[in-house]
Amino acid sequence: MSAAFDQKIRNTLADANLQLAVYTATGRLIDHRKHAVQDSVLPDYQELRTQANALKKHTIENLDFYLERFEAAVAAHGGKVIYCEDGTEVADFVLSLAKEHQAELIVKSKSMTTEEIDLNERLEHHNLESVETDLGEYILQLAHQRPYHIVAPALHMTRYEVGDIFTRQLGIANETAPEKQALIARGVLRQKFLQADIGISGANFLVADSGAVVLVENEGNARLTTSAPKIHIAVAGIEKLIPRAQDLGVFLKLLGRSATGQALTVYTSFLSGPRRSGEIDGPEEFYVVLLDNGRTKLLGDREKRQSLYCIRCGACLNHCPVYRKIGGHSFPWVYSGPIGAIITPQFLGMAHEPALPFASSLCGACLEVCPVKIDIPKVLLELRADVKKAEAREGRGRLERLAFKMWAWVMCHPRIYEMAGMMAGGVAPSENGRWLRRVPALFNLPPVSAWLSQRDLPPAPPRSFREMWRKR
Amino acid sequence: MSREHILHKVRTALGRTAGPPANDVPPVRLRISEMDSDTRTASLLRRVEALAGKTRRAATPEDARAYVSSILDGKSAVASNAPFLRLCGIPDLPGVQSGFTAAPELRTLCATADVGITSADYALADTGTLVLLSSPQEARMISLLPPVHIALVPQERILTGLDELLTILPDPAAQSSSMVLITGPSRTADIEQILVRGVHGPGEIHVVVVG
Amino acid sequence: MAMADVLERIGYQVDFPEDQTCCGQPAFNTGYRQEARQVARHFLKVFRDSEYVVVPSGSCTSMIVHHFHELFHKEPDMRAAVDALTPRVWEFSQFLLEAAKVDDVGARLEDVVTYHDSCHALREFGIKDGPRRLLSHVRGLELREMDTAEECCGFGGTFSVKFPGISGGMARTKIDSIVRTGARIVVSLDSSCLMQLQGALSRADLPVRTMHLAEVLASR
Repeated sequence: MSAAFDQKIRNTLADANLQLAVYTATGRLIDHRKHAVQDSVLPDYQELRTQANALKKHTIENLDFYLERFEAAVAAHGGKVIYCEDGTEVADFVLSLAKEHQAELIVKSKSMTTEEIDLNERLEHHNLESVETDLGEYILQLAHQRPYHIVAPALHMTRYEVGDIFTRQLGIANETAPEKQALIARGVLRQKFLQADIGISGANFLVADSGAVVLVENEGNARLTTSAPKIHIAVAGIEKLIPRAQDLGVFLKLLGRSATGQALTVYTSFLSGPRRSGEIDGPEEFYVVLLDNGRTKLLGDREKRQSLYCIRCGACLNHCPVYRKIGGHSFPWVYSGPIGAIITPQFLGMAHEPALPFASSLCGACLEVCPVKIDIPKVLLELRADVKKAEAREGRGRLERLAFKMWAWVMCHPRIYEMAGMMAGGVAPSENGRWLRRVPALFNLPPVSAWLSQRDLPPAPPRSFREMWRKR
Repeated sequence: MSREHILHKVRTALGRTAGPPANDVPPVRLRISEMDSDTRTASLLRRVEALAGKTRRAATPEDARAYVSSILDGKSAVASNAPFLRLCGIPDLPGVQSGFTAAPELRTLCATADVGITSADYALADTGTLVLLSSPQEARMISLLPPVHIALVPQERILTGLDELLTILPDPAAQSSSMVLITGPSRTADIEQILVRGVHGPGEIHVVVVG
Repeated sequence: MAMADVLERIGYQVDFPEDQTCCGQPAFNTGYRQEARQVARHFLKVFRDSEYVVVPSGSCTSMIVHHFHELFHKEPDMRAAVDALTPRVWEFSQFLLEAAKVDDVGARLEDVVTYHDSCHALREFGIKDGPRRLLSHVRGLELREMDTAEECCGFGGTFSVKFPGISGGMARTKIDSIVRTGARIVVSLDSSCLMQLQGALSRADLPVRTMHLAEVLASR
């Protein structure tokens, strides 16, 4: 694996406070979800998952149809759809609109898609102030950090760190009570909402038949972002489409429960266009930016395109024993956890972090909790095979390949297999059944040394199974 | 242009040509549970209270008015232009301003008012949710900017849940540019998972069921 | 051997084809599909005529029953061989309960145990209540549930040596949980899990030992 990945993992594993914070926070989210989807509360849970998977499969497999349908519906309600290939085009669009309207201040609600394209950085380059309004994202923006988790971006931060960030960036006296910190942010951001020229949001769902953007949140910052400024821009990946408003009956029952254990989040907004004639408030201009940024590449792979079904609930992160140990910042891209592990190589190319698909024990907890039934372990296995094929082509990883070739040969020759077993027995005999803490230097090579760094090795049994079987 | 290029990439990746879907969309799945009107009301109020919202069952519009008056208790309020609020005598309460149709004026008022009062188009019994559609009668800001939100809901507008809402309103976009489902007071747990209310929407909500 | 003992005790004739080696999972999981295919081919040859193939491992059973089919996606003959064999392949506890329809094998083990749900068995075969039912009939046995029973032990095949720090961390989380139960034995139906857990228990100098479900059921 890359040195960076290795180092980040080591640092996180060594940080006891961080370990506790991540494990506890994800543990809480696990419990909340469990209560919300249990049989007595949501007896239809499995049926809803099957339906959600079927709806996403259908939509993704006919995506062009639904994109055009959505576009027409948005236009019919007075809005406009803009297609963008990548982050540069999104930024260019926002900048030209800002220039046209002499806009100076932008407020943003939480959007992983905009993180993906570093939108804030791009806008700041051109002297546009773009302020994150979700509390967690606001704190991270002040700290110049990436989100730690798809749903709970500041999961890793303590109140003391937040206090220091506020003091440093806002020039106020140090405050460490979370309730007071939240009120400080509320005060600052309220002014921004009311003064902003443009509000940029993401979209949890894009509804094709209505031409609507659906946003779920608990704070109210997305409602403010999309209702106060004169212009609303929603930025969303093309895969966010669902066919009908009525399909929200399936998706909204799964999203909140899977993410935080809430039947519904505090606010669910269904926005379709600028304010209608007669309506008192709301934006005067409404744009939906549909982003590709590599999604069309994923679409082309029949086995792996299910990676695009994701509704960004974060359940896979919470339940992943690997994420719970290494946390969000160990991952090489903005998307972390199991979903991050499968889309990062597909978006950025395998060479970006070839070890990433291997950083999993394939326990399957992610698939078990995924509301849209993405078979993450299966996609990981496909990616692993892809990595090894690429290595073979490029002449890398020869030693491991040779080892497995030899292993396979031995496994196809039972007599040799038996002999190898007996030889291993000779090398690592047991002393009264105790497991081995070390082995002779000659054998202390990876993978043996890697195993021994964490656990003891089993000693060779006094007699092999075959010997015992024959004597029976 | 990017539009044509992206659509082309999509079609190529899927092996499709422009046109209708290759297979049928899965049928709509909406299940409406049976719930009589009293059960719905009780469920709605219970759920709102479980989320730390406050509730009132008002038998008549006069009851509703009295309750709102007691909550206002001298504070400043802005009320929407909903006919139902007029029916309940809300705009006449001391400290209440309403009748605004200009956005800038309304927004300034909402930014300083202590309380926002609205009606609700529907409510959802199984989740404790208010459904507000923006219209000439109902502005978005009233249920969003003031720190307290009071909603008056006609009892017959209480539906069993989201499935029933989407059955009677299969396309909310046909009615309004904005439909918002409000389930409890605004909250965040972004700092050490500690629950804080009222960032950024109202931290205190009152649901008054009338009738 | 314990598995063979139990099966014989309940009336089955047990054969151990000596040519058997492996199901190929280590190669498959590490991305070496060609090598996995070779080993799978050998497996299919060895067990072609077996009436039942009973496997003391959830992960091996999963490899055979769930992945062999896709390994041979280009060879219809081999696919047919796979499809002919897989209905006869059983994880051990499932075989007892669903094929043999037995939940009491007359075992006795006076001790306090806790059960670890091996991932493949739990999530790919829904094996959760079965082993607990079998354990409930072991005379003298007290089963105490750990609060992380369903969490992965951290083995994951080559994962354990490619990411030893994470793997070790996962094992330590499990053994902390095991210690909290006060159990003296950890039981599971997958030897890889047992090796991972015992390795960590031993490293921590804890007096807890591991036993395969078959060994518990073979105890008298």
